[in-house]
Amino acid sequence: MAFSSRKRHEIAANLRVIWREPLLFVTIIGIFYFLLTFVAFPIFQVIKTSVTVDGRLNFSNYASLFRATYYFEPFLNSMVLGVVTATVGTIVGFVFAYGITRTPLPFKRFFRLTVTFPIISPPFVVALAAILLFGRAGSLTPILQAFIGKYSIYGLGGLVLVETIAYAPTAFLVLVGILSAIDPALEDAAMDLGAKRLQVFKSVTLPLATPGIASAWLLVFIQSIADFGNPMVISGDYRVLSVQAFLQITGMYDLPRGATLAVLLLIPTLVAFFLQKYWVSRKSYVTVTGKPTSATIRNLEWYIKGPVYALCSAFTLLVFLFYGTVIYGSFQRLWGVDATLTLQNYTQMFEVGKDYIIDSLTLSTVATPITGLLGMFIAYLIIRKKFIGRGLMEFTSMLTFAVPGTVVGIGYILAFNQRSALFPVVLTGTAWIIIILLIFRNMPVGIQSGTAALQQIDPSIEEASTDLGANSGTTFRTITLPMIAPAFFSGLVYSFVKAMTAISAIIFVVSGRWNLITVAILGFVDNSQYAPAAAMSILLIFIVLVALGLIQMVVNRIGRGTRTTTIVR
Amino acid sequence: MKEDYLRLTNLVKIFGEGEGEVRAVDNVELEVREGELVTLLGPSGCGKTTTLRMIAGFEFPSSGEILIDDEKINEVPPNRRPTTMVFQNYALFPHMTVGQNISYGLRIKGGNAASIKSRTEEIMRLVGLQKMGDRSPAQLSGGQQQRVSLARSLVMEPKVLLLDEPLSNLDAKLRVATRLEIRRLQQRVGITSVYVTHDQEEAMVLSDRIVIMRGGKIQQVGTPHEIYAHPANRFVADFIGRVNFVESRIAKHSGSEVEVELFGQGYRVSSIHGDLKEGDRTLVVVRPETVELTAKQAGRPTGTVTEVVYLGNEMTYRVRVGEDTLTIRIADPLLNPWFAEGDEVSLIFKEKSLHVLPYEPPEAD
Repeated sequence: MAFSSRKRHEIAANLRVIWREPLLFVTIIGIFYFLLTFVAFPIFQVIKTSVTVDGRLNFSNYASLFRATYYFEPFLNSMVLGVVTATVGTIVGFVFAYGITRTPLPFKRFFRLTVTFPIISPPFVVALAAILLFGRAGSLTPILQAFIGKYSIYGLGGLVLVETIAYAPTAFLVLVGILSAIDPALEDAAMDLGAKRLQVFKSVTLPLATPGIASAWLLVFIQSIADFGNPMVISGDYRVLSVQAFLQITGMYDLPRGATLAVLLLIPTLVAFFLQKYWVSRKSYVTVTGKPTSATIRNLEWYIKGPVYALCSAFTLLVFLFYGTVIYGSFQRLWGVDATLTLQNYTQMFEVGKDYIIDSLTLSTVATPITGLLGMFIAYLIIRKKFIGRGLMEFTSMLTFAVPGTVVGIGYILAFNQRSALFPVVLTGTAWIIIILLIFRNMPVGIQSGTAALQQIDPSIEEASTDLGANSGTTFRTITLPMIAPAFFSGLVYSFVKAMTAISAIIFVVSGRWNLITVAILGFVDNSQYAPAAAMSILLIFIVLVALGLIQMVVNRIGRGTRTTTIVR
Repeated sequence: MKEDYLRLTNLVKIFGEGEGEVRAVDNVELEVREGELVTLLGPSGCGKTTTLRMIAGFEFPSSGEILIDDEKINEVPPNRRPTTMVFQNYALFPHMTVGQNISYGLRIKGGNAASIKSRTEEIMRLVGLQKMGDRSPAQLSGGQQQRVSLARSLVMEPKVLLLDEPLSNLDAKLRVATRLEIRRLQQRVGITSVYVTHDQEEAMVLSDRIVIMRGGKIQQVGTPHEIYAHPANRFVADFIGRVNFVESRIAKHSGSEVEVELFGQGYRVSSIHGDLKEGDRTLVVVRPETVELTAKQAGRPTGTVTEVVYLGNEMTYRVRVGEDTLTIRIADPLLNPWFAEGDEVSLIFKEKSLHVLPYEPPEAD
């Protein structure tokens, strides 16, 4: 498509303007270089490796897709797992969201906290708890067996249970936003016109919430098929893509096969992601403003309240049971054998894991502020600046969010275990590869919270700064950053939590010299040392909670200063 | 004094593309004298704010030129332009004190701290914000915030001061007081200013000259009096003040005067439209306050009162004359006879206050 002469004229004018702010120009080029090198290049390497056999272009890996069990079985399994988990998780999330926004459920804050708790814990802790409870030596295994006969927690059933607990919170958060944005007056109007409660739900609430439900379903689907920690612990003979790709590469050293499995994982994830981002979210009838509409909750019939309360309570109980078990297990001498309470797991965990803890803290502490700043700066560029390639920058920086960790991890070893034109230093084995991976994997959330914050700030405040003579850099430093500080710090919290609990991508780039807590926990689980694994998980959750508390304090303090933004309309 | 201190030549701004293309600013030509205050006036969407933002550098022209003091600034970024802007919502930095807000531009520019301090204090005295330096913007009233915004722009001593509806967030009374204050300040400092507003009264009070815009195009440029007394077209006449249009035809044309018939009587009226010929359809512009009402008199146009509204300082009548219904405002109701609905009245038009325009059909809206 040829540009009109006016378009060309405007592009040229934009270029000349950017040229007058060389620092901004250089920064944009720099960010593009980083995104190319640390986001696009690794993914490209995975795809390239999957179509390279003996150094030549060869599609044999894909040709054998439907013949080779080692390809289509994990693919089908992952899809089944994703669909089932997404469905169950969305139902749980919806019922919870409905309970919180549309019923007089008591202790709403408590329910809300409990259902979102799994988000901040390392994902596989749930799997660990499932083993402690329902595994071969599980404390509830005999009781359960009395009801349903012999079963194994290892497999699809266990995975769905565990991933539902881990990812239903995601669905909940999406749906609670959607439901509280639907004006209850609409439901009142339907009832006023003669619809019964159930008819109101079917004809008004549900249709309005459908885009949100689709969105939640797709997000849980993505998280489920991309999950590595839980299947690694509990999938048993049920082979899924993420684990198989990992085993092919670290166990069999079969890079092309591992890469092919990774691509098989990448495709459905990307499809789901773009469906969610560009199609479903556009169908939405409601704009989530974060401003809850005042709900008019009248007396609900028992047949609505009953099931909703029961499910909320049951799920909450399950969360308590699972995390309680991990705490309880961390103090037992030998799970299922010797229930004597002891601190030995903690001492053992410290002896073995001290270096892991220090490494995790060090690397996360280095990565977090860089992630936060970069995220905010990219958000600033995307929202406030006009430059060629702005859309591309947004797309690329969001890509790491959509791409499963396993794919990114494989991409990083393929891309950085040798020099390349893009990056002339071998990174594998260094602390840098871990830090860089953490930065670029966690950045999208920083960008998102930055984008949201910036959209609420009147651009004329920044224009005023430019108008008075400040260039883009000075404006960002003296005006934008102080105003989006709360978003910046919550971005920091998220990055830190994610950095501390990361596993799927990071497991490919850890080394003897630099290792992480999550990898250590997985190691304990692998050796069936469940008690130290539990102890270390508890420590990890504790560290995360402390960090959350600390940063919350900082935000509150800053928040007090910026609460004066009432003049910002 | 330079006649074209600020000069806009063939300025065009197009947003969107193809079907959705909008010419927000369409061939705007304007010269602003040094020290002059020019208002861009028009309804929303007329292109006035876009024009202002192009002068400030927040939008780049699709074509045309912007010159300040003979320097072409089309593509100079806003931070290097000799302009500063007072924003509609003030855009005060919420995390800085009043003093920090005002001195921001000076601090960015650099220079010694003592002189920055003294200039900041001086400007704060000028706008009446003494001792407010340490307050946070949120602690100020709307009017004070507005003055901070003005001071922040003035302290930079820009070549051109831009004001984007600076009074629209103030309540009515304060708006009236503040616009006079701005006018005095602007004349005292002698700063060349471009002021955007949609409030015609504000424009009349403040401006040396008014630029009336509509659909991206300039409709008329002139002093408040020129615009009110000799509007260039139906839109301008209608937009500024209240007006009656009476359709007629040109009876005779001689030089700068034309003769028109109004309700059976001939009037000699001055016209700025030299191209009006005998027999042309025309609109006679009758301002409501220029008509006198008397009890029915022979030999004068006569009508029937259909509506009477008492406003304290004036009476507003609706009078049907033939097929037209005119609005007529009589100031000082106590000194004039009162008429009631259904009364027959005669209307006295004064040649000096009538004005003719080429015929345009009424807006369909």
